[in-house]
Amino acid sequence: MTTAPVAESPVAERRTVLDVQGLTVRLPEGADRPNAIQDVSFSVGAGEIVCIVGESGSGKSVTAFTVMGLLPPRQLQPVAGRIVFEGDDLLTKSPTELRRMRGERLSMIFQEPMTALNPVMTVGDQIGEVLDIHTQLDRGERESRVLDIMELVRLPDPRAMLNAYPHQLSGGQRQRIMIASALILDPALLIADEPTTALDVTTQAQILKLVKEMQERRGTGVLFITHDFGVVADIADRVVVMQQGNVVETGTADEILRRPSHPYTRMLIGSVPSLNPPKRATLDRAPVALETRGLGKTYGGGGFLRKARTVRAAEDVNLIVRKGETLGIVGESGSGKSTVARCVVRLIDPTDGEIFLHDAEIATLSATLLRKHRKRVQIVFQDPYRSLNPRQTVAESIIEGPMNFDVSRADALAKARDLMTLVGLEPDAVDRYPHQFSGGQRQRICIARALAMEPDVLIADEAVSALDVSVQAQVLELLDDVRKKFNLAVLFITHDLRVAAQICDRIMVMHKGRVVEEGTTVEVFANPQQDYTKALFEAAPGRGYDFGGVRERAAAG
Amino acid sequence: MTEPTTSTVSRRLSGPWSLLAGHPIAIIGAAVMVTVIAAAILAPLLWTSDPIALNPVNRLKGPGEAFWLGTDMYGRDVWSRVVYGARVSLTVGASAAVLSVVFGLLIGMVAGYIRWLDGIVMRIMDGLMAIPGILLAIALVSLSGASLTTVIVAITIPEVPRVVRLVRAVVLSVREEPYVEAAISMATPVPKILLKHILPNTIPPLIVQATYVCASAMLVESFLSFLGAGTPPEVPSWGNMMAEGRLFFPLAPWIVLFPGVALALTILAVNVLGDALRDKLDPKLARRI
Repeated sequence: MTTAPVAESPVAERRTVLDVQGLTVRLPEGADRPNAIQDVSFSVGAGEIVCIVGESGSGKSVTAFTVMGLLPPRQLQPVAGRIVFEGDDLLTKSPTELRRMRGERLSMIFQEPMTALNPVMTVGDQIGEVLDIHTQLDRGERESRVLDIMELVRLPDPRAMLNAYPHQLSGGQRQRIMIASALILDPALLIADEPTTALDVTTQAQILKLVKEMQERRGTGVLFITHDFGVVADIADRVVVMQQGNVVETGTADEILRRPSHPYTRMLIGSVPSLNPPKRATLDRAPVALETRGLGKTYGGGGFLRKARTVRAAEDVNLIVRKGETLGIVGESGSGKSTVARCVVRLIDPTDGEIFLHDAEIATLSATLLRKHRKRVQIVFQDPYRSLNPRQTVAESIIEGPMNFDVSRADALAKARDLMTLVGLEPDAVDRYPHQFSGGQRQRICIARALAMEPDVLIADEAVSALDVSVQAQVLELLDDVRKKFNLAVLFITHDLRVAAQICDRIMVMHKGRVVEEGTTVEVFANPQQDYTKALFEAAPGRGYDFGGVRERAAAG
Repeated sequence: MTEPTTSTVSRRLSGPWSLLAGHPIAIIGAAVMVTVIAAAILAPLLWTSDPIALNPVNRLKGPGEAFWLGTDMYGRDVWSRVVYGARVSLTVGASAAVLSVVFGLLIGMVAGYIRWLDGIVMRIMDGLMAIPGILLAIALVSLSGASLTTVIVAITIPEVPRVVRLVRAVVLSVREEPYVEAAISMATPVPKILLKHILPNTIPPLIVQATYVCASAMLVESFLSFLGAGTPPEVPSWGNMMAEGRLFFPLAPWIVLFPGVALALTILAVNVLGDALRDKLDPKLARRI
């Protein structure tokens, strides 16, 4: 069985590589549902990219792991169905037979390329390892095969990179290494489990292009797991939508994205924020709540008896946020957007510049003098699972701040209950612990905690990035509501252009610690001036589809 | 699969016995510990005689009906001495564990949270760690004379830096948690942050560390006593008994054997309990079982 001729064969004659029929995997007892996945059926043809899309807990990863035979033994067990791969049922294979097939006939790439690669092995050896296990090549042949595949995945200067260790490479390069080692033996099926989720958008765009190119050139069947409809729009031939362990809809990419029939799919696609920013009222006259002048943060620098490398995390950042306005800072990782946020809250001390809260300058205030200003700026963090102390009830978390400013416990508690209602949770839930809430609910609690301080400025540092799209839409709505209600100045930090388009009045684009472009959201999206901004917009996945439009149609119908 | 697990949080302590469930060896360990502790507390009621009283008439009697575990070269009842010896071992073990945890916790929290103090404190701790424990004990005993207190102090000092390191590592990682940063942004005073948000995270590893300190302290105490640098000779400690009995080993092996067995069993039990606690409190290990 070779895959070579398949690439030239017309699409109509696609050979089925993987055929999953009625697959059910049981969860251990005491879980929230009996089966992790239930009666899942789909197929992947040679040279076809099938996307499994769904929110967290939908069972998409379990499906991928079951096909790979990588389920944790005894905890998760396939109890029904068949996984027919190149004519054989994988579920009947022994572990030894499966091991032989993995890497050679089916291979997998993972979400986090740093942890999927061995940090103490050169990348050349890691790609070559697959060859050592499955083939008997001599050193020269092995090296030339490794170099060939590295060239194919477009790694710069493969010969030099052969002896590099994973930490010396960028995230995108690491993912290319992963793809190289997955594809070196020409597998019939490549399973990609959220391979671009940990990457920046510009890198993501390159990796998606590479996956598509590899699959076209080699005729590999690709099973692509993702939660991002933008990614689906960019690469999928066919789409499988999963919810709570069930397949709710299957179809070609165009069918699913343009004419979704299942209400769940419609809801999901409708929740994806549109890249077209809505028109918003200008707020030029409102009083300035937060202003920075020449704000900068340099890490490192000479200490006692040593000269250290300095890193300029942020440089000469000038921003103004007026009352009732949302200023977005967008940029990729390392652009310095979070540094700015953390300087403004004074979680880190800026090394240059000034920060004004109304008229008070707080950039260099000592801890004691800063105390009374703390109340006026509050922050909501990215990770809802780590933002609340797991050992405290929600009430304790919310009343902590007000009680620091001499509010009585009873008053603070009463306020906490009001705030819970405001953020859309039961007031009685204040007595529960954080682990009893979902991610979206926890993020609501974090917003309530911030509001309890009655701040003027609210900073949202990637506050919706860790949430599923449907939950994301709701939390965004809540943030916008509280902004209006309390006339808050909001500084919204995000890497997600879609989110920024929907919630920000003005945006600032940051790159390598500097602000490269600034303007009203409508202006910047319609007519980006700088090359970097243009490249960033170009890379946004799913540009061709207006997902928000589906929501309107769904609401109408 | 992508849903982060909340098991670390939901696995709350619901009583000491739930920790041992499903751990048969730990249950045996717990049983041994309970027996030893009960024996130490109830020593006068356990058919013992005065453990120090000399009785030359009955010297070197083998185990039998009159003397269950025999007598030593001065005619002292070995059973009574082994039972009373448990008091010494447990006192040393528990005191060393409590003291090193208390000091280690205080110093470790300060070193971990107050950055400019970190370097200074940790270099002092490194210095302390470089002193061999036994040597320090011998030096202290020769300076201030043999007493139970000296032994406890001598054992505690080299253990403190180990606890400090452990606590500091936990503090360093927890202080980066967003919930701690949220507390900072709400102007929560530093002592309150340490107490409410950071301290609770240090407790599980500390409990485990304390059991190891306890076991090692009991062992060191016996060792010091065996060398003659530990508890004063008249105190019935297991180390002293073995030291005195070793000359008579060919004649009366029971003098060395029984305190040795008691020591080995107790230390084994403490270690097993420590392992079980570690498995239960560290979810990464627990999942593997």
